[in-house]
Amino acid sequence: MQLDDLKALVAKHIGARKKIVLRTCMSAGCMSSQADVIKRNLEAEVKAQGREAEVEVRRVGCMGFCGQGPLIGVDGLSAKEKLFEFVKPTDAPAIVASLQGAACDVQVGNPDHPFFARQMRIVRANGGIVDPERIEDYLAVGGYQALHQVLTEMQPSEVVDEITTSGLRGRGGAGFPTGLKWGTVAKSAGAKKYVVCNGDEGDPGAFMDRSVLESDPHIVLEGMAIAAYAVGADQGFLYVRAEYPLAISRLQTAIKQAKALGLLGGGIFESPFNFNIDIRIGAGAFVCGEETALMASVEGKRGTPRPRPPFPAESGLWGCPTLINNVETFANITAIINRGGAWYAGIGTEKSKGTKVFALTGKIKNNGLIEVPMGIPLRQIVEEMGGGAPAGGHIKSVQTGGPSGGCIPAAYLDTPVDYESLTKLGSIMGSGGMVVMDDATNMVEIAKFYMEFCMEESCGKCIPCRAGTAQMFHLLEKITQRRGTARDLAKLEELCDMVRHTSLCGLGQTAPNPVASTLKFFRSEYEALLQPDPFGPRPSVTTQSAEPVTL
Amino acid sequence: MAAKTLIIDGKAVSAEEGATVLQVARDNNVAIPTLCHLEGVYDVGACRLCLVEVAGSTKLQPACTTKISEGMNIQTNSDRLRKYRRLTLELLFAERNHVCAVCVSNGHCELQTLAYSLGLDHVRYDYVFPKWKVDVTHRLFGMDHNRCILCTRCVRVCWHIEGAGTKNVAGRGATARIISDLDQPWGDSESCTECGKCVMACPTGALFHKGATAGEMEHDRDKLEFIVNAREKQQWLP
Amino acid sequence: MLPLLTREKNADRVLRHASGDKRFKILEVHMKKHQFRQDALIEVLHKAQELFGFLEDDLLLFIAAKLKLPPSRVFGVATFYHFFTLKPQGEHTCVVCLGTACYVKGADKIMAAIQEKYRIKAGETTPDNQLSLLTARCIGACGIAPAVTFDGHVAPKLTPEATLEKLNTLI
Repeated sequence: MQLDDLKALVAKHIGARKKIVLRTCMSAGCMSSQADVIKRNLEAEVKAQGREAEVEVRRVGCMGFCGQGPLIGVDGLSAKEKLFEFVKPTDAPAIVASLQGAACDVQVGNPDHPFFARQMRIVRANGGIVDPERIEDYLAVGGYQALHQVLTEMQPSEVVDEITTSGLRGRGGAGFPTGLKWGTVAKSAGAKKYVVCNGDEGDPGAFMDRSVLESDPHIVLEGMAIAAYAVGADQGFLYVRAEYPLAISRLQTAIKQAKALGLLGGGIFESPFNFNIDIRIGAGAFVCGEETALMASVEGKRGTPRPRPPFPAESGLWGCPTLINNVETFANITAIINRGGAWYAGIGTEKSKGTKVFALTGKIKNNGLIEVPMGIPLRQIVEEMGGGAPAGGHIKSVQTGGPSGGCIPAAYLDTPVDYESLTKLGSIMGSGGMVVMDDATNMVEIAKFYMEFCMEESCGKCIPCRAGTAQMFHLLEKITQRRGTARDLAKLEELCDMVRHTSLCGLGQTAPNPVASTLKFFRSEYEALLQPDPFGPRPSVTTQSAEPVTL
Repeated sequence: MAAKTLIIDGKAVSAEEGATVLQVARDNNVAIPTLCHLEGVYDVGACRLCLVEVAGSTKLQPACTTKISEGMNIQTNSDRLRKYRRLTLELLFAERNHVCAVCVSNGHCELQTLAYSLGLDHVRYDYVFPKWKVDVTHRLFGMDHNRCILCTRCVRVCWHIEGAGTKNVAGRGATARIISDLDQPWGDSESCTECGKCVMACPTGALFHKGATAGEMEHDRDKLEFIVNAREKQQWLP
Repeated sequence: MLPLLTREKNADRVLRHASGDKRFKILEVHMKKHQFRQDALIEVLHKAQELFGFLEDDLLLFIAAKLKLPPSRVFGVATFYHFFTLKPQGEHTCVVCLGTACYVKGADKIMAAIQEKYRIKAGETTPDNQLSLLTARCIGACGIAPAVTFDGHVAPKLTPEATLEKLNTLI
């Protein structure tokens, strides 16, 4: 299909739109509160009140303010959008009637609330606006134009340069420069290359990728296609965890639609470029977020990581050069191509460019998804956008980076949110989970919670992670049950160091972070639980006996 | 192939490109402890005992899977590495039920020998005392899961030397275990060829010949190397 | 051990047994869609569990035979991923999310309430086969924490009492 044909399609689609649009959030969060019934009721009510000529009900993806859901946005009524919160299926008649000025007691949100006003939406630009199951909606907001531009006007190396200029870094957690990664894969020799999208969002407390995949699947597909052109791949895999059935079904729909319009498959935009995407469904293994484990899983094997080098960029899937990026990384690509790498590099801080999506959850008033420029102080996120702790509580700490991250105490809330600053505090940017804890939260229990997670998710391949996390969990259990001594705490610290430096993959290497960071900032909570040592001090381990007896 | 020069423990050595740090170290009489490494099968870098320090890299590298490069400066036996190795062994001893005195491999066990050489005379961590079974359903061999360290050498020889694919790892984390076929009793396995390579490969007393008593089980590792050389290099005499 | 010549091989027995069950046919069509590729093993296991509810030995052996994989490989993969279950499930399933956001908002108390009332632990099924209690590492519903999935439907912002009430109406 040519660009002109697409434009005609879009013009027809826009022409058929009605004056007032009721956007119903149909993401997993709101769906759990009967958003599907609400949409049905709204449609019936529009018919019953005879407003079909002017009013349409549209299924949209996540609007972000999940804690206030189910949400309904109204366009075309006034200059500013109107947002209904906590909608119930029985509210449908009142909402439709209110479109003609009738009084309505459904709670109306404030679009100027800092939760919305402080956001800068690039990745989530279309979230809550387009219908994720209709490609026409995505095309109507300029979708697939970046792919067209890349295929018709740019050399693959120019695409890589543009991404390098943007300063984009991997959004999966480690923050590796994306342009550099693309360049390496592009330069690697090999007739067959692959592009893999990591949608195995395993961090508990994170749902940014789910939201992007459910709300705007095409932005990820287009990003992958551009990447494939840049590195010379013709096959892509989108690895999604099985816990996200709605995301999987919307992706399947999106791929089918894109193929039907010739935007995926053979000879895209009548160029020689071919690109196919297959979905691979995970099966509940956190370690598969690690890239070498993910590749093993895509190959249908046990998801155990392997030592790097060789890096996937040189030897990945079936030994071929493979580009692996996270969902959010791919979702940034179209904006960078459309508006230029220099524009993107102007957002954020010196070393952390662009925006980052965070899932703001836990003991906080405003739960939901936010996208903010890098470098924003943590305090602005938590206190202004998040509204602070719920009634009566005080924020004690903010956990970022999930089981690989750490707890940032309230005293450090003025820290700018970027890769380096968070690492300096013993946490990491991670994939974007931000769980707020108040003074009712016991930090040793939190450390134990994460250690249990890592222990259960350890693949069992390397000893430090398999046996080390089990011992650390055991020590934490001892301490929380008030059976631990100062010696147990010393052992715990010793294992923190050992597991971090000797584990094979990122899961093990970062597993001690939650313990180490809570020990650093909340040590007194640990010490308060310790019991006196009944045996007194003993010689340290490091003393070597010359003639060992037997074991 | 081009030769590369590098420094191992302060000593300048040279070796062929493509060699691993472990190979070069052993060729130059530098002992690096290993457990999951086995001559004749590919390396997995799982036991983490062969970790070495490479100047300029913040991360420790496994000697078995790290290829040498020009000008590399490697430290194989620092205080820090020795401490990590002792801790690794401690974790292994605490993880399952290793009782040397009654073990078939007592005196011929790689785990035991390494512990001696690293001066490990007691384990400070709490023993887990898990309940693991002993499988003696096979006509010739037995498997005691209490002594297994999950090095996966048996799995690798079964797949890549014998080609039978009988053994594999099932489960994950602390519950990971070696299985035969569909986790059946070994004796019921249809694919097992009774070649005994897994028993030869085992570093501890987990896999043994039936009838062996305490201290009698010796694993014939050289046989495996012999088979690989015969098959791949067409060399039959050692 | 080598099978005796007179003994029927496991794979043959399974294939013979499978020929009478329609679900095996559907599974085979699914495998064919993947061209019986060995790297489609996880996809095939998903489909098998969807059709049969759980993965029993004969089913795994059937898959191994059709994809030409050693049984040990199929078993190794099936036991690596938490999503696959080798035991039959109860009539109803209740999955308590124990992700961080749900945890700090009291998912542990919900878990304790269910365990106390039904006297089962996570991963177990009640003796009357009515309820299987499972846990999830994070279902990505953090904005509406704590969340519990009842028979595949997510319920938001629960309390221990509300959860028990839901289970009451279910069972």
